[in-house]
Amino acid sequence: MDTAHGTRLPPTLRVLRYHFYTYMRTWRSSLTTSFLAPVLYLAAMGVGLGSLINKHVGTVDHVRYLSFVAPGLLAASAMQVAASDSMYPVMAAIKWIRTYYAMLATPLRVLDVLLGHFAWVTVRLVLTAVAYLGVMAAFGTVHSPLALLAVPVAVLTGLAFSGVISAFAATQENDQGFATMSRMGLIPLFLLSATFFPLTQLPGWMHPVAYATPLYHGVDLCRMLVLGRVDRISAMWDVMYLAGLSAFGLLLARRLFAKRLVV
Amino acid sequence: MQSHSPSSLAAPAHESPTGEEPVVSARGLAKRFDDLVAVDSVDFDIARGESFGFLGPNGAGKTSTMRMIACMSPKSAGTLRVLGMDPDTDGPAIRGRIGLVPQEDTLDLQLTVLDNLMIYGRYFDLPKKVIRERAQRLLEFAELGDRAADTVEPLSGGMKRRLTIARALISEPDLLILDEPTTGLDPQARHLLWDRLYRLKSQGVTLVITTHYMDEAEQLCDRLVVMDKGRIAASGSPADLIEHYATREVLELRFHGGEAPVERLQGIADRAEVLPDRVLLYSSDGDRALEEVRARGIDPLNSLVRRSTLEDVFLSLTGRTLVD
Repeated sequence: MDTAHGTRLPPTLRVLRYHFYTYMRTWRSSLTTSFLAPVLYLAAMGVGLGSLINKHVGTVDHVRYLSFVAPGLLAASAMQVAASDSMYPVMAAIKWIRTYYAMLATPLRVLDVLLGHFAWVTVRLVLTAVAYLGVMAAFGTVHSPLALLAVPVAVLTGLAFSGVISAFAATQENDQGFATMSRMGLIPLFLLSATFFPLTQLPGWMHPVAYATPLYHGVDLCRMLVLGRVDRISAMWDVMYLAGLSAFGLLLARRLFAKRLVV
Repeated sequence: MQSHSPSSLAAPAHESPTGEEPVVSARGLAKRFDDLVAVDSVDFDIARGESFGFLGPNGAGKTSTMRMIACMSPKSAGTLRVLGMDPDTDGPAIRGRIGLVPQEDTLDLQLTVLDNLMIYGRYFDLPKKVIRERAQRLLEFAELGDRAADTVEPLSGGMKRRLTIARALISEPDLLILDEPTTGLDPQARHLLWDRLYRLKSQGVTLVITTHYMDEAEQLCDRLVVMDKGRIAASGSPADLIEHYATREVLELRFHGGEAPVERLQGIADRAEVLPDRVLLYSSDGDRALEEVRARGIDPLNSLVRRSTLEDVFLSLTGRTLVD
């Protein structure tokens, strides 16, 4: 019999430690989607397209196009990272590699697995947001000290997606649902949530649709903070929406993880 | 010709040989999934240091029982005590003292052999130094000593299974549970695994094994229960079961076109089983039975005299074979 003379680390943090351990050995493969792609978008759209817009249209929402698009991409990259960490990794851990079952054969419980997963997603979101904010600063698109708050906002945006997507992933038997979700959900959101152009460019009937989706609120809030133009009422609604969706997603994930893993 | 009676389900297996509190104890244990009854009220006791088996075909309820003992699946009814604790309330504590080798691998394929051991040990919150020491010993034991830095994915099935066993032992558990440990392995890998398990047994580790291979049950188990359709049909040591439910020897006969002259074979043996491809005549002296068969002018295509096995026990109890 073994009495653990260990570090007495709470079980949830042991799961987080596992994610760190694996990431240390496999980080190169995730670099492209979580960091390089958004930076390329910033360069291509912000600078390439931006110079065209500045010359022929002038400012967008009272700023150069690069400064307009950068915070949108910050929020969008949070969505990307959250989605990619909540789809295939969760399914692999349940169905193909069965990592979660390995954990559940030890003193760890479903709640530890769940919270450890979300703790890791949070860490990834923080790292991505900080790195991206650094790139934004290098491109000269950070116009206010409030931009630092864009990091927790990016995390909140990501968690809003991660909650419901992780819950969904726990119910799947194959990856068909993921392909549909990307094509019909994530990509339209990416393009139409005021990321690349103001909502006023869209027909009137599409505006309520955008307000109902999570990415718009993350984009809106990030842009306000990075440009230093905070509308208190709007910001409050944005935060409430994202926090509410995050809470809903986490609770749903708790239910569906337990249902799938303890039979 | 006698007919087997599947309703003669035998007495429970709770006769703990040593008299002290059993490591695992079940009474009326049941598991239901919606309308499917996987485990239908079973009783058994497993004593410390013994090697205990659950023998039965696929779908008998063995894995469901294992998962309940391993505190990974909640019971539907009855009582179950593992290491003196109740799985419903003390799951994490029990899991901290048992090792599980599941039927399907749960290894991290992208990481190395040593990584897998380190990770698992850290789930138990063991210090890194302790895990490394134990890992070295366990890898030697599992004959994977020179593969510590290799990625797991390209390893053979047998190596992966040995790694899983080494991993399950990293916390020095009181009880090791193995669910179908040699399914899918080639004969060489199976024998190496049995050798390792035998060594563990001799070190006093309590083993619980489920299997549908009668040779595995005979080789490894001190006592076992025969499970079928969620119930325990019989229990005892392999030798006791064979003595009780089968004769010492069996005469196997195969006939042209599979057509056995069943009526003409009456009275030669204590019991007979007619299978699709052969007839089994159970007798204490198989050679004499064969002489009698010949004496009656019956000319089988093929004949074989062999000792009875647990397969014959299962056949006698249920009228079916262990492996379809």
